Amino acid sequence: MINLTIEGRPISVAEGTTILEAAKQVGVLIPHYCYHPGLPVAGVCRMCLVEVEKAPKLAPSCATTVAEGQVVHVHSEKSLDARKGVLEMLLINHPLDCPICDQSGECELQDYTFQEGREDSRYREPKRFNPVEDFGGDVVYVPNRCILCTRCVRFMDDVAEDPVLNVSERGDRALIGKFEGKDLTHAWAANVIDLCPVGALLSKDFLNKARAWELDRAASVCPNCTQGCNVIMETRENQLVRMRPRANEFVNAFFMCDWGRLNYRWMNEKDRVDQPMLRQNGALVVAEWEEAIAAAARLLKGKRVFVVASPMLSNESLFLLTQIMQGGSGTFRVMEGDEAPLPGVEDLALRRERAANVYGAEALGFRKSRDPLAGLGKGDVLIIAGEDLDGIDAAAMRGAGETIVIGSVMPHGVEGPAVVLPIANFSEEEGTVTNLRGRVQRFTQARQAPGLSRPSWLVLGDLLGAIGKQSSFFLPSQVFDQLAATNKKFAGLSYDTLGFKGLPIAGEPNKQKTAIAVGAA
Amino acid sequence: MGFPHESHQRETAVLSQHFGVAEARTLDGWKKRGGYQALEKALAMAPADIVTVIKDSGLRGRGGAGFPTGMKWSFMKPGDGKPHYLCCNADESEPGTFKDRELMRWTPHALVEGCAIGAYAIGAETAYIYIRGEFTEPLYFMEQAVKEAYAAGIIGKNAMGTGKRIDVHVHKGAGAYICGEETALMNSLEGRRGNPRIKPPFPAVSGLFGMPTTINNVETLIAAAPILMKGADWYKKMSLSNPKSTGTKLYSVCGNVQRPGTYEVVMGFPFREFLYDLCGGPVSGRKFKAVIPGGVSVPIQSMEEAEASLMDYEGFVEQGSMLGSGGVIVIDDAQSMVRVIARIARFFAHESCAQCTQCREGTAWATKILERIRDGQGAMEDLDTLMDISENMTGKTICVLSDSCATPIVSGIEKFRSEFESLIQGRKFHPVLAAVA
Repeated sequence: MINLTIEGRPISVAEGTTILEAAKQVGVLIPHYCYHPGLPVAGVCRMCLVEVEKAPKLAPSCATTVAEGQVVHVHSEKSLDARKGVLEMLLINHPLDCPICDQSGECELQDYTFQEGREDSRYREPKRFNPVEDFGGDVVYVPNRCILCTRCVRFMDDVAEDPVLNVSERGDRALIGKFEGKDLTHAWAANVIDLCPVGALLSKDFLNKARAWELDRAASVCPNCTQGCNVIMETRENQLVRMRPRANEFVNAFFMCDWGRLNYRWMNEKDRVDQPMLRQNGALVVAEWEEAIAAAARLLKGKRVFVVASPMLSNESLFLLTQIMQGGSGTFRVMEGDEAPLPGVEDLALRRERAANVYGAEALGFRKSRDPLAGLGKGDVLIIAGEDLDGIDAAAMRGAGETIVIGSVMPHGVEGPAVVLPIANFSEEEGTVTNLRGRVQRFTQARQAPGLSRPSWLVLGDLLGAIGKQSSFFLPSQVFDQLAATNKKFAGLSYDTLGFKGLPIAGEPNKQKTAIAVGAA
Repeated sequence: MGFPHESHQRETAVLSQHFGVAEARTLDGWKKRGGYQALEKALAMAPADIVTVIKDSGLRGRGGAGFPTGMKWSFMKPGDGKPHYLCCNADESEPGTFKDRELMRWTPHALVEGCAIGAYAIGAETAYIYIRGEFTEPLYFMEQAVKEAYAAGIIGKNAMGTGKRIDVHVHKGAGAYICGEETALMNSLEGRRGNPRIKPPFPAVSGLFGMPTTINNVETLIAAAPILMKGADWYKKMSLSNPKSTGTKLYSVCGNVQRPGTYEVVMGFPFREFLYDLCGGPVSGRKFKAVIPGGVSVPIQSMEEAEASLMDYEGFVEQGSMLGSGGVIVIDDAQSMVRVIARIARFFAHESCAQCTQCREGTAWATKILERIRDGQGAMEDLDTLMDISENMTGKTICVLSDSCATPIVSGIEKFRSEFESLIQGRKFHPVLAAVA
């Protein structure tokens, strides 16, 4: 361990740590642009220059490793002057078009300029101009705002290992270029948008949709495959408008794939069932929640229960379903697509199975099947939970008994369900899911559910109580506690211990991922 | 010698004695002049002994920084199990400098020999000569010389029959000034964009292809052969002033002198006599106004400073500048210093690799201001802005290109402020009228 002092605070860090990372540990953020913990060090923006006592020159803290007895000044006059100089230089050719820039409000150039930049510019010359360029994929490049930090170039070269971007030209004519005939079509390319510290690389999907300060944000998990990348769900006026990766060194480092990122519109869907309903005289009529739950409980009494569940449902809801169907059986199906790995990070890929909780469903005893209705017996009560049955032959349902729909949309091919219980979708409730490596991760509510819809764990908890079982859950964490007490695999886990980076179920390793790109540099 | 002029009697032609003799370019002609004897001698010595001789001679890097060559070579640890490389920096792009061009044009075998000695001394089997893209003629002669040396078995798998392997490759750059920066040169050799690398790690630890590498200037490597032949003491004695600067140094002289050309004088030679006697002084009717003694990266000297300078590493520093690469640019009273400095800044703005913010933006910004002043659109506060930009460009970037741009700006404004002020205040500078008056 190396002992040093940063801004008067003594600290002891591992040998080889950079000053910038050491400073983070004592709560000092050294302003920087080109440095990113998930990328190889470039040391080009010169923003992170700090004063190290006895050193002849200011040191780039991202590229300088700590030394015994070092005394580092981050906010000394000399370092502040240097950063002020860099900020002025970065802005001389910048269009200062914050009012029409998507990055505004979450722009590091804005933030640091407000924090320690000059209040005016001494630049009296014409500004450089380059036209906006479509980089392909979801990415559009606005060169006038670019500060040439090269994070995007390094991501494509060293993490995605698909060299598409480069620095073209020299001097102040330099800009990010795209190799002839290539586009940002790599499955993980849109990460360059998040990596860009300014408004130079923008998402076409998010373009002009919202200002950063209008957004509400919720910590969540990407529901679109079994990898379980940690995300931030961002909403404006209760509409999900963007998903961005949330750093988790155990799952997705700093990244998420384009497919997961852009596949959020289904959570905004409008054709929802949003009121509890009962069948009366062959037609569905709106009912009170209590009536609908009671009716469902009556149907279940003494019958064998067959559940077709969605692997998008939380561990909590799937657990409650297993309690309700005791003795019956549960199945689920999962959509599939091509796997697309991110080469620079160990064990990170867009997975073949495109649902959040496949592992959890299997751990809780649900059977994975391409034909989830197979095995539905004559006279069984069928519970369709969160599954839309799109593309499934509904003929198998005819021999069965009554059908209870617990979902946010009406499933295809269901003729005359006896009871419909509307539930929140993934973005509208709280819970946990288990990823393909058995990591249990929490997700929180990002939107309000429409109409009278209720969170799935609450509906299923009520139903469990209505069929006479022990059930008094007021929070999803209580359902999880019950799950942990019942199922050995989840033993010892709770919302408190999971935190927002999750923990693996019993028997799975809790291993931090090596970012291969950084390790190699 | 004062090539292409007749050699001046006060010159000491060691490296330049065969300039102008076409025969010296060929292997036979070179051997006739004592060529490759030093290599033969070197290959019979232990590498460490060669390093010691070079250390004792006091030879320092001729590319500009003046780092002791023997010490640089001693950083290469033998027996570390890694391949070592020698790079010869022949990317001579510093405006005002053309000594390496002449060395390679007239004595290409001297460089092959120097590279072979250097490579053997640092435990390398491969030497790369990275030659500037625009140097088509030197490139031709270098390639010829390497071909001849291979054919004669002087270099190759079995260099001079000693069983030692020494390969020399000539690599042509694409004409970027920044590729003369040692780590950018290595990137360029590896096929990457010629961007300087962050140091540490230094080339002796991780250089070309990530392996221990030594990089030397053309003139430095060529000097190794006569040192080995005549001994360290002989070389050390060639010092008229400071004992830390030894040997001879080539100077490329250009600008407003009567006899521009390549000169070779002993370290510590008085600059005043060099300018007025060897170079012939100013052209008729004009007076010297300023001198840039070591390529455009070094501070501009006023004539008082220049005339008081002794021509060695310490001598120029004492008089507010640096020896640099030995590219002497002489400026007389018919020139506008603002024009000169604006042109220098434009060069650096054009050649900045665009990595570091201060360099990418600063060189271009300074150029725009200087050209505005030059065109009579300047304001007094521009001078303060220029000084402040230059301060921001100094000592804060990966390499020294940005410092190099700031240096002539700062020294120019400090020493010739009145020229800037008169342009700003609308008093046009008329070079021709000034010359007549």
